[in-house]
Amino acid sequence: MRLGFVLLLLFPLLTRAAMTIDISGGEQSRIPVAISPFAGAGDAYRVITDVVGADLARTGELKLVDISDLQPPLTESIDPRFSVARQRGAEAVVLGKVSPLSNGQVEVGFRLMDAIKQTQLAGYSYTANAAQLRAVAHKIADVVYEKLTGTPGVFSSHIAYVIKRGKQYSLQVTDSDGQNVQTVLRSKEPIISPAWSPDGSKLAYVSFEKKKPVIYVQSLTTGQRRVLANFKGSNSAPSWSPDGSKLALVLTRDNSGSQIYEINADGSGLKRLTFGGGIDTEPDWSPSGQFLLFTSGRGGSPQIYMMPASGGTAKRMTFQGNYNVSPAWSPDGKSFAYVQRTNGRFRIAVMDIASGQTQVLTRGSFDESPSFASNGKMIVYAARQNGHGVLALVSSDGKTQVHLSDVAGDLEEPAWGK
Amino acid sequence: MKKAVLSLVVVGLLAGCSTAEKKPAPVVDSSQQDAAARAAAAKAAADKAAVEANALNQSQLSGQANGGSEAENLFQKSIYFQYNQYDVSDQYHSVLEADAAYLNAHPNVKVTLQGNTDDRGSAEYNLALGQRRADAVRKALNLLGVPEAQMEAVSFGKEKPRAEGDDESAWQQNRRTDIVPQSE
Repeated sequence: MRLGFVLLLLFPLLTRAAMTIDISGGEQSRIPVAISPFAGAGDAYRVITDVVGADLARTGELKLVDISDLQPPLTESIDPRFSVARQRGAEAVVLGKVSPLSNGQVEVGFRLMDAIKQTQLAGYSYTANAAQLRAVAHKIADVVYEKLTGTPGVFSSHIAYVIKRGKQYSLQVTDSDGQNVQTVLRSKEPIISPAWSPDGSKLAYVSFEKKKPVIYVQSLTTGQRRVLANFKGSNSAPSWSPDGSKLALVLTRDNSGSQIYEINADGSGLKRLTFGGGIDTEPDWSPSGQFLLFTSGRGGSPQIYMMPASGGTAKRMTFQGNYNVSPAWSPDGKSFAYVQRTNGRFRIAVMDIASGQTQVLTRGSFDESPSFASNGKMIVYAARQNGHGVLALVSSDGKTQVHLSDVAGDLEEPAWGK
Repeated sequence: MKKAVLSLVVVGLLAGCSTAEKKPAPVVDSSQQDAAARAAAAKAAADKAAVEANALNQSQLSGQANGGSEAENLFQKSIYFQYNQYDVSDQYHSVLEADAAYLNAHPNVKVTLQGNTDDRGSAEYNLALGQRRADAVRKALNLLGVPEAQMEAVSFGKEKPRAEGDDESAWQQNRRTDIVPQSE
């Protein structure tokens, strides 16, 4: 089923790299919430309520109730017109106001109200300049989402990905809604496998700028970067340990195929973890720090295996089909997302580790590179749409699908960070 | 002759260099202004590097117009593989023998063996498959007497297709290992 409702997030100030968000599916009961236009907010501040609304709607768990026709807008918690929001089905109402400060900044205050009892569920205020309004909106959406669903929001988090335009490659970081794009690295050679440090301050990635795959670590706060691994042969597939002290990686330096190693984050202490002669790659460090999931060709076809993070006996996890790759742990460590190929189509699936039950979540033909949001609710992945590489989101129950599209290039290799 | 070729490769590597660019610090950060200044400086440096890279590209192109050398004729070769195959086909034996003879006669020359795959599936798994194709050529040359120290097997996986397209003829061209001289 396709509801086909499209939100066009095209703001005059943000025409560059604007993305469209396309929501389809999502059949579970949604919590109805109304967002009232904020008091004192002219058109310049409409972005706040627009972003809060788009964030909440994109989850598929909340439903927006329109009360924008109320004039003047609902802005006070004692307003008798709460009954209108109630009649339209709203169970919660977001109210707010924007107040200019003498230093040119603004104070943005909001209240989340229980529409039935007309009592306050949450209220915060933020001081921001004009460039920070979207970030404030994401914070408001985080509070509203957590209060109404009990799960922390991830609207203030960031997604890293690689965009290819012709022969130009860029590693970019975007807000969770595909807006506010920042370029981290530009290169004329490919970039793959971005991996967030657990604290969200650094990205490890593989760049081919030296005419071979080399792993770099780059700080997002200072922009400084250094080579983490440039051993003879190929260097790839970095994955941080949950405490950020080490990375698992894949090297070919020992002339025995692609093998998994660990290395300290400062580049010292290299230790080999797998000892086959074939292909072991795509290590992903478990949230507990105890295990690695990885892809191996040891059984004749690529399958996902699990082993202790210190190395040792590996257990095969996937058995259906002859192509299961790119494992990505869920944040609670109870399941993992991966790519499975069936009849030539690559799709995102999840496996519950305790039961071994699997569920295919997506319906594309080239769905790859799954990565969980830190609250475990959504997975970002790379898809193809109209012949272009796009970023897509799917809820971890498969019920909500979202496309974050950029028509100006091919987006690949997404990684969801803090 | 050999020297001229190698210096061209060095220029090519410089031209391929990337420029790191500063990502402004997250919002609600008191150092916003400092961050903006640093970002501007980083952008200026990046722009300058891009201009220099362009200039280097130009000189590389004019250098290449001078024609092939002995080493160029020997290397810049491609070994093609069948679908899901990672062994060097017998048809390449004479090609590899010639390369091995040259490398044995020129112990200072080093080669990179660049493995490639078609563009279906995981980037990292394809990187590992491309490595198998590079390693297959490395082992074949090693059996012909070329020391490991003269060779480096690396993979481009599916990242640098020679032929674009979603059909077998494109995929066939991309399943290969290129033998190219190294600059060190």
